[in-house]
Amino acid sequence: MKQKFDIIESTCVPIPVENIDTDQIIPARFLKATTKDEKFFGENLFRDWRYDENGNPRPAFPLNDERFSGEILVAGKNFGSGSSREHAAWAIAGYGFRVVISSFFADIHKNNELNNFVLPVVVSEVFLSELFANICDNPKMKVRVDVPNQTVTNLMSGRSEHFELNGYKKYCLMNALDDIDYLLSKKDKIEEYERSHE
Amino acid sequence: MNTLFDKIWDSHVVSNVEDGPQQLYIDRLYCHEVTSPQAFDGLRERGIKCLRPDRIFCMPDHNTPTHDQDKPIADPVSKAQVDALERNAKEFGLTHYGMLDKNNGIIHVVGPEKGLSLPGMTIVCGDSHTSTHGAMGAVAFGIGTSEVEMVLASQCILQQKPKSMSIRVEGKLGRGVTAKDLALYIMMKLTTSGATGYFVEYRGSAVRSLTMEGRLTLCNLTIEMGARGGFIAPDETTFNYLKGREYAPKGEDWDKALAYWKTLSSDKDAVFDREVVFNAAEVQPMITYGTNPGMGMPIGGKIPSSSSKKALSYMGLANGERLLGHKVDYVFLGACTNGRIEDFRAFASIAKGRKKAEGVIAWLVPGSWAVKKQIEDEGLDKILEEAGFEIRQPGCSACLAMNDDKIPAGKYAVSTSNRNFEGRQGPGSRTFLASPLTAAAAAVTGVVTDPRELL
Repeated sequence: MKQKFDIIESTCVPIPVENIDTDQIIPARFLKATTKDEKFFGENLFRDWRYDENGNPRPAFPLNDERFSGEILVAGKNFGSGSSREHAAWAIAGYGFRVVISSFFADIHKNNELNNFVLPVVVSEVFLSELFANICDNPKMKVRVDVPNQTVTNLMSGRSEHFELNGYKKYCLMNALDDIDYLLSKKDKIEEYERSHE
Repeated sequence: MNTLFDKIWDSHVVSNVEDGPQQLYIDRLYCHEVTSPQAFDGLRERGIKCLRPDRIFCMPDHNTPTHDQDKPIADPVSKAQVDALERNAKEFGLTHYGMLDKNNGIIHVVGPEKGLSLPGMTIVCGDSHTSTHGAMGAVAFGIGTSEVEMVLASQCILQQKPKSMSIRVEGKLGRGVTAKDLALYIMMKLTTSGATGYFVEYRGSAVRSLTMEGRLTLCNLTIEMGARGGFIAPDETTFNYLKGREYAPKGEDWDKALAYWKTLSSDKDAVFDREVVFNAAEVQPMITYGTNPGMGMPIGGKIPSSSSKKALSYMGLANGERLLGHKVDYVFLGACTNGRIEDFRAFASIAKGRKKAEGVIAWLVPGSWAVKKQIEDEGLDKILEEAGFEIRQPGCSACLAMNDDKIPAGKYAVSTSNRNFEGRQGPGSRTFLASPLTAAAAAVTGVVTDPRELL
C-alpha cells in the first residue's frame, strides 16, 4: 500500500531465526489468489510456524506471543531467500509491519518489500544481536527508524546506526511514489533506446 | 577489461536514475499464472496497455495437474488462476501457451527449447528460477510482481546493478557426477547467501564441457546461492543447440546473430568483484539433509555436527547420521531444474532392466510437452514403463506442490527439484535434493543409494 515514510517509532516483533525463506513467510498454497488482498496474505503470514496442522495457534511463535507487537519485524540473517513471490511482501505489509530489520536480506525480496512500502533496514550483527536480547528482556522497548536521516536507533541501549537507502528510493518512500509512475514518465527514452538498438 | 555481465547489462541501460537505480531495457518477459494476475490488475487500474506485447510470452505451469489435463482442473482456485492468465494474455494481446498446447510446459524449460531465450538478451520473469536462461548466455533474473507490472507497462525495470562474480570450475566431473551435483557442491561451499548481491559467470573447463541441459541445471540453481542470476558465455554448444529452433533467427539473420554472439565473452583481463575456483574432480554425487539447498553433503557422508537443530528436527535426522540406506517414500524427477530430456535419459539408464522398489511412489514429470514427445521418440517411456514407472504430463508438479502432487507430512522424498525448504513439497514433507541418477537409484532400491553402484 502506498504510504509516506518519515519517522517510525515502534515496539518490535522478534523472530531470531536465520535464513527465513519466502516459503516460510507465505507457503505456496496461499499463492493462488488472483488479487492483491493484503488482509488475506497478512492472516497467513508465517502460516505453518504460526498455526499447527489443525489451525490452532502455536503459543511459542512470536506472532502469537502477546508480549510482542508493533510495526517493526526483527529477523535473523539472510531474510527472504528463495522464491521471488511478492506475496511474501504483501503478507508482511498486510500483517501491519512497515519495517523489517535484519543483518542481511535476499536481493529479490528486498526489492519486493521496497515496492510495497515496507522498509528493509540492514543493521550490523552487533546491532541485531543486542536488539534481540533487549526485546527479550523488555518487549515494550522501542526502535526509532528515521527515514530522512537514514538512522536506526535502539532506544533501550541508545545504539544507533546509519542504513543504506538510495536517494531515489528515499524520495519515493517519503512521497508515496512507485517505480511505475517513474517509468511511465520515461516513454521517450524507451523509444529512443529501441530506435538505436534495432 | 569488461566482464560479459558488464557488456550485456550496460548495453541495456536506457537511463541512470539520479542517486538511484538504472533503467534497464528487457528483451524478453515470461509470465506464469501465479505471479502475474496482480500485475495485469495494475495495468487495468492505471488504464494502460503493454508497451511491447511481442516480447512477452505467457504459460501456466505451477498449478497444472500432471494427469488428465484434458479435463477441467479440479481445484477451483487453481483453475481460476490458470484461467486468469489466459484471459489476461488475450486482453493484452500476448502469446499464450495453454495446457495441452504442444508448446506448453514449465516456462524455464520452454523458453530455451523454443529458442525464445537467446545469447546477449536480458530476460525476466516473476520467478526466481529465471536464472535458468543464463545458460543461453543471457542476463536472466527473477523479479517480483510489481516489477512484472513495470515490464508489462514499459518493457523496462529499475534495478541496482549487482556486482560480478566468477565461479570457475576446472577439471572433469567424475563418473555418475552431474551438473546437479556440481551445483549442490558449490552451494555447500558457498551457503545459500554466499553469492547474494552478485551476478555469477560460470567459467572453466568443467563448465565448458557441460551439455546445454547440464548448463541449464547449473544456472537454474544459481538463485539458491543467493545470486540474482548466473550465466555461461555462449559457445559452439549453445549455437548448435539453438540452430533451427522455432524462434531462433533464420538465414541471414542467423549469420548476423551468430557473428554478434561470438563476441559475447568476458575480456581476458576482466576484473570480477569476487572470484572463486573449484576442482571438478572433488565433486561427488551429492544429497541434501537439511532445510535449505546449502545443507548438502557427498552422498556417502555423515551429517555435519554443526547443522541447525531446527532443520534436523524437522527432517527427523541426527548429527553424525549417514543417509546411505535411509528409507525413501517418494521419488520426484522433474522441475525446471531436472525436467529435460537428458535427465530422463539419466534416470532411464539406471531404471533399465530393474524394477521400481515396492512401496516407493515415483512421479516422473517431463518439463514440457516437447520433452515428453522426445521421451517417447527415444523409447525411454517403454524402458521406464517396463521398470514400473509412469510418465506424467508436464508442469512444476511436486517441486512446490501447488497442484495435487504433494508429499505427505513426515514422508521422505528424493527430489530432483531445487528447494528442500520446510513444507516446500507439501506441509510437513521432508526433501532430499539430488540428481536424476541418485533419484533413480533411490527409486529402484527404496533407500538412499550411491548411483555409481548401479551404473
